Amino acid sequence: MTEQATGAHHPQPRPRSGAAHQQPAIVEHVTGAQSLIRSLEEVGAEIVFGIPGGAILPAYDPMMDSTKVRHVLVRHEQGAGHAATGYAQATGKVGVCMATSGPGATNLVTPIADAHMDSVPLVAITGQVASKSIGTDAFQEADICGITMPITKHNWLVTDPAEIPRTIAEAFHVASTGRPGPVLVDIAKDALQARTTFVWPPHTDLPGYRPVTKPHAKQIREAAKLITQARRPVLYVGGGVLKARATAELRVFAELTGAPVTTTLMALGSFPDSHPQHLGMPGMHGSVAAVTALQKADLIVALGARFDDRVTGKLESFAPYAKIVHADIDPAEIGKNRTADVPIVGDAREVIADLIVAVQAEQAEGHACDYAEWWADLSRWRETYPLGYDQPEDGSLSPQQVIQRIGQLAPKDTIYTAGVGQHQMWAAHFIDYEQPQTWLNSGGAGTMGYAVPAAMGAKAGMPDRTVWAIDGDGCFQMTNQELVTCALNGIPVKVAIINNGALGMVRQWQTLFYNQRYSNTVLHTGPAVSDGGSATGPGREPCAGTRVPDFVKLAEAMGCVGLRCEDPADLDKVIAEANAIDDRPVVVDFIVHQDAMVWPMVAAGTSNDEILAARGVRPDFDGIDDD
Amino acid sequence: MTKHTLSVLVENTPGILARVAALFSRRGFNIDSLAVGVTEHPDISRITIVVNVETLPLEQVTKQLNKLVNVLKIVELEDSAAIQRELVLVKVRADNETRSQIVEIVQLFRAKTVDVSPEAVTIEATGGSDKLGAMLKMLEPFGIKELVQSGTIAIGRGARSITDRSLRALDRSA
Repeated sequence: MTEQATGAHHPQPRPRSGAAHQQPAIVEHVTGAQSLIRSLEEVGAEIVFGIPGGAILPAYDPMMDSTKVRHVLVRHEQGAGHAATGYAQATGKVGVCMATSGPGATNLVTPIADAHMDSVPLVAITGQVASKSIGTDAFQEADICGITMPITKHNWLVTDPAEIPRTIAEAFHVASTGRPGPVLVDIAKDALQARTTFVWPPHTDLPGYRPVTKPHAKQIREAAKLITQARRPVLYVGGGVLKARATAELRVFAELTGAPVTTTLMALGSFPDSHPQHLGMPGMHGSVAAVTALQKADLIVALGARFDDRVTGKLESFAPYAKIVHADIDPAEIGKNRTADVPIVGDAREVIADLIVAVQAEQAEGHACDYAEWWADLSRWRETYPLGYDQPEDGSLSPQQVIQRIGQLAPKDTIYTAGVGQHQMWAAHFIDYEQPQTWLNSGGAGTMGYAVPAAMGAKAGMPDRTVWAIDGDGCFQMTNQELVTCALNGIPVKVAIINNGALGMVRQWQTLFYNQRYSNTVLHTGPAVSDGGSATGPGREPCAGTRVPDFVKLAEAMGCVGLRCEDPADLDKVIAEANAIDDRPVVVDFIVHQDAMVWPMVAAGTSNDEILAARGVRPDFDGIDDD
Repeated sequence: MTKHTLSVLVENTPGILARVAALFSRRGFNIDSLAVGVTEHPDISRITIVVNVETLPLEQVTKQLNKLVNVLKIVELEDSAAIQRELVLVKVRADNETRSQIVEIVQLFRAKTVDVSPEAVTIEATGGSDKLGAMLKMLEPFGIKELVQSGTIAIGRGARSITDRSLRALDRSA
């Protein structure tokens, strides 16, 4: 358990503790641009997603000669950023994206913010105008370090070419260690053009950066004691467990204690969905069993999770009976939203490994974990309120069924990405995630348009795996241009457009909270058919099937295979057809029923006690409410 | 809400003040005062920040500050165990009648008269915010023409130095 949990695939910069300076193994006289590419090669970057432009142009010349670093020319910098994120989430390595100064750099802002919210190791490299022009409002100048300051773990402006190797080494180190996250390296054009010396390994200097990975033994013992004493515990597992590669340890720990497990949206796949101790996902669209288990728990063991508002609902009424053991590698997460009774700072893998030993010690002293009564309640909730959906009465396709069948018909180790909205929640509910790093999505930021470029990045990093992007028709129209990149670069992803003709999740809120006034959520209607600010509503017919854009034609125009499915009878056949194609990207336009909704649901700002299993269906908890 | 004084040791690098100040504003904390300067070690700067917050949010902002890569160390200096000083320069309206009264106040507060002209006296004073507030209150009736105040700086009492260990960390990396 001593291996560094994150970034293990990258050579680390020389440890700070070594007092004597080693002689660098490599010394070359090069340009700053060559130094950058050599640094990327040495740090182990395999693939860079990016677009050249004026300020970064010098870097693209040596890039052409590199045999180790593959550059994928994307169509929009946002695609580069999400592709690097998808690559990082699928492989566990650091994702790299590159853009020029000004608008090139600002187009990376959304994916950087996205990676920051989801703690994804990402290195963004941007060109900057020449150092003497910085601050003069030069052509394509933007203060990208200033702009990304709040959404990066750290960023650097490099104006001295001699600093390039050290900065790249530090950037990869900071991105991949501790709580992973995005960093940005902004390099002035003159630094790329100047002659310099490439020295590797560089001498790194990060005296203020010392992530704690080893948990405190006393806190571990305290946590183990609470776990064995608890009667209604829940293991609340977050994305940190995936990032720490702690899924094997988690399974041992869960089975040792027999405690129920709930995995957040960011942690799907960290614990097999099929495991009998798995209650499902917590939160706003979590399973009734998982949400209720947390509400009724007397102990919550949070592992690499951050008590996000989408999990807790109204914070004041979240898990009112529970003591909290909170383990996270980021000390700032502990006590941020919910006070911890036992705070543990450490890498999830080391924490869980130590907890296993400590719980075994408790058990050896006769303190068995006895959760039999708890399981009786949990099983009843799980059986009474399973995840499910109704088939549309009009015989149209059910979006949930489409997603479920994709999950059932795809190969076992398929990687799924999702956009943001209803289809994302259904993909979380109705696909079984049995392995880590098979579910990539935009959790914290909720970035529509994430699915297609992230799928591209995942497929580029894992070319032997099937990658399905489950996307909505709204999301798809934000970033589908990257399918051109996929088609031209031999990255055959599969995209399922769950096409309900609307911004479905927003529409669902309009149905529930805005009297079915569908203001600007119907996507395929234009001014010709809507006489007001929007289309459809009570008394107005939905304008179904204008087919603008025609996703099949669009897919074909982008060099992909385009398929369409409208009839439930064709569903399996069309999915099988898509699965059989592996030489080109495939887009399947699934025309689904537009009124399907995501259930269960806890309305925003309300208590998790108010969960609705379906519209108007409030679960009955057999008197345990007043516990 | 209570007043807290934080001493933040940072690497002396460009942009660090912006990183620290921006963190306070984006996490929703107001800074009462801020002072920055280099320490006895040229590679380390010291930022003294005074904030008005409850204890729990203070813990959160301290943890967030600690995550900044260029931040080396954060110490909260308790009022009772630290010396806190501010500097004010104040230009007070004065004529032949009032000048001597103003000078008397200056002496009372152990301040200094640093510039005199026929219409005004400029006073330099250091001290804690209570003392300086009291002095300004006394000067107010004469007419304050211009006032400039520094942020609070603070140092712990006794022989211990908060920079020692951070220096060692820097040396190791050097």
